[in-house]
Amino acid sequence: MEPIQVVFLIGAALVLFSAVMVVTRSNLIHAALYLILTLFGVAMIFVLLEAFYWAVIQVVVYIGAIAIMIIMAIMVTRDVTGEEHEPFNKNVIWAGLLGLLVVVTLVWSLTFWPQFGAEIQQSVDSQNVIADLGSQFFSGQGYLIPSIVASILLLAALIAAIKIAFPIKQEEED
Amino acid sequence: MIPLSWYLILAALLFGIGLFGVLARKNVIAILLGIELMLNAVNINLLAFWRYLAPEEVVGQVFTAMVFVVAAAEVAVGLALVISVWRRRNKSSADELDMLKW
Repeated sequence: MEPIQVVFLIGAALVLFSAVMVVTRSNLIHAALYLILTLFGVAMIFVLLEAFYWAVIQVVVYIGAIAIMIIMAIMVTRDVTGEEHEPFNKNVIWAGLLGLLVVVTLVWSLTFWPQFGAEIQQSVDSQNVIADLGSQFFSGQGYLIPSIVASILLLAALIAAIKIAFPIKQEEED
Repeated sequence: MIPLSWYLILAALLFGIGLFGVLARKNVIAILLGIELMLNAVNINLLAFWRYLAPEEVVGQVFTAMVFVVAAAEVAVGLALVISVWRRRNKSSADELDMLKW
């Protein structure tokens, strides 16, 4: 087994172990901390894919912003030091079966795809990749409209989040 | 070298775990954590396809950027809703939030 395969397997084991912990811990703070571990493992997988830019974005956006926001929301909405609650609803068996079915179906149908076992064909120049991505995002022939749509979506989400989470006025409370 | 299938199997497993979390967890924030896992599985798939099948095209990375943007927007609005519901009803369990069910 080549060293890079060992690195991949360590990363994959980290991702899968901490993902299982995320969905099974009843203490939400622990689940959120395991989510951070999962996101680091995914960043490691991105590095193995030579997508260095996305590994950095993964750490900055997911771990730096989203995971911290989730932890803040947990602390605002819940007594984290209180007693442990039952984490699952009554659908837990069906959910497990459905998750297993999705995994088996996905992998089983992918084995019929001729490029399932494809190897890396060509190398990428990682500096040019980022420069190319940047210029494509802001050129009319490239992806200018998707990037404008993404900016409007982010602005709308920002305004909506402020509006929704704003404290209730007394007269509205009836 | 690592074949493409390893990445696809890893992403499928991560997606399945996330789906289980979304369907089985009681707490609304735990459901959001499951959604994050599923979006990460999609990102692994997109970048693996980009690297193995079309590294000279930029489109795989554009889709990845879209998933990142949608994930950030989703979690911001989702957590705002959780905080708003907590303020009004003091509840954060999906089983108790059935005002729209009849």
